[in-house]
Amino acid sequence: MLEIKNVTKIFNAGTVNEKVALDDVSLTLNDGDFVTVIGGNGAGKSTLQNIVAGTYFPDYGEILINGKKVTRMAEYKRAKYIGRVFQDPRIGTATDMWIEENMSLALSRGKRRGLGWSISAKDRKLFKEMLATLDLGLEDRLSTKVGLLSGGQRQAITLLMASMNHPELLLLDEHTAALDPKTAAKVLEITDEVVSKDNLTTLMITHNMADAIRLGNRLIMMHEGKIILDIDGEEKKNLTVPDLLQMFANVSGSKLENDRMLLANK
Amino acid sequence: MNFMGLVNALPGAVAQGMIWGIMAIGVFITFKVLDLADLTVDGSMVTGMATCAMMMAAGYNVWISMICAFIAGLLAGLITGIFHTFMGIPAILAGILTQLILWSVNLKIMGKANQALPARTFPVLITQLRKYEALIYLAIICVVLIIALYWFFGTKFGSSVRATGCNSTMARAQGINTDFRIVFGLMLSNGIVAFSGALLAQYSGKADINDGRGAIVIGLAAVIIGEAFISKLPSNFIVHLLAVIVGGIVYYIVYQTVIFLGLDADLLKMLSALVVAIFLAVPYLKKKYFTRTKVLNKEAK
Repeated sequence: MLEIKNVTKIFNAGTVNEKVALDDVSLTLNDGDFVTVIGGNGAGKSTLQNIVAGTYFPDYGEILINGKKVTRMAEYKRAKYIGRVFQDPRIGTATDMWIEENMSLALSRGKRRGLGWSISAKDRKLFKEMLATLDLGLEDRLSTKVGLLSGGQRQAITLLMASMNHPELLLLDEHTAALDPKTAAKVLEITDEVVSKDNLTTLMITHNMADAIRLGNRLIMMHEGKIILDIDGEEKKNLTVPDLLQMFANVSGSKLENDRMLLANK
Repeated sequence: MNFMGLVNALPGAVAQGMIWGIMAIGVFITFKVLDLADLTVDGSMVTGMATCAMMMAAGYNVWISMICAFIAGLLAGLITGIFHTFMGIPAILAGILTQLILWSVNLKIMGKANQALPARTFPVLITQLRKYEALIYLAIICVVLIIALYWFFGTKFGSSVRATGCNSTMARAQGINTDFRIVFGLMLSNGIVAFSGALLAQYSGKADINDGRGAIVIGLAAVIIGEAFISKLPSNFIVHLLAVIVGGIVYYIVYQTVIFLGLDADLLKMLSALVVAIFLAVPYLKKKYFTRTKVLNKEAK
């Protein structure tokens, strides 16, 4: 369970480039919540995730994971609670290392990394089973360098890695944005399976409103560093893209002028 | 000048090449595994030579002296590591700063600019006076070192060091303390470099404050030459390590050959640096000047 309390993050404070990325944001995720996050460029979606993950520390506010204060806990320490998939498929995996080596790195997340051999026969069997669920034929390619795989294959593997050891929180930062539509759909399908299988608490940023509506049990919309919409339950199920655009116009007082978001729904 | 002279010089070149190959394995750990350019090695090489020479001159056992040289190298790497991670200084600059610190340290270790370590007086392990014996010892040391490193980088801890060099964002997201891994890698690298310095001091029978100058370039040359040899082989970590040693040996054979052919020895450092510069530039040049945009208009004919 994640609690974000009155978090503010300002970049380049005191300069002409000052940018309030998060403006007094509060958000609580309950166990098993699958929250989709939408919003235009510069709305603060990625900053929100990076603050939760520990890439940046907030200027004001608190962050708690399972009641434990992690506001200024180092990113690598916090990683034991958090699984992450990034927008750029190259970021989530070590490209010069094999598939099984990458998965083994993820399997040790939050555990002591000692001088035992990194991959046991048991691990290898587990990796094969996990990869087989992807249905991408990767289960027979354990000793292939990840750098030789396609973006979609890498994101799928990163998803498996992020979900290992049952993280308290899964952060997905537009993880299908760099993929072609067909691959993106496949990766989203895998996402849905992975999240529902382990009932993972998930925060997924997307630029695709239809996906944001279809997936998850709760939807939030961000604008200029604030959460301007928070919809869940039945209301979310009955939502349509035009509804969402209208709501955005009502709440923000402006029209959503973001080509990427609009085009993504064609 | 006769051809037999070159052949007779070969065992010596191979022995020196193996010593520099061991040193290049240290460079390989920072340059290839951690993806950092660490210039500490010019200093830590001499630190290893000085430590070993002074301890042996003071009557210590050769193995204890070599272990202490290794530890001195670890400490040199620790300084660079702290500069780079804890103090946020770019790796190249951190290495240069440590190199300068080590210049003073090395002078203080020796108390003068050089220390003789004649093999007739001291119980050295390897010496150029007994080249074949030295070759056997060096070969054993290389094999042991390669196996130890192959094992280490295959462990959970070792693969987290590799992940740090490959993709530090990913490593942190997987809970790896990347700063610690970088410090560790720099320590291990400079420990190995100092150990090779200890071997060089014994082999050449002296330690001199100037002996480390340009060591990084020789190390890089060995790494690059080694890579060229294995470009067609399946990429396995142990093959990479072996290639670095082979690279060091080839470098020294070429070195001896050009001297034999009458090249001015003063020019050797310049030539080494130019060769390394050219090889480092190859990927960039290939991309920039040797790619073509193909025209697919068939009707133009």
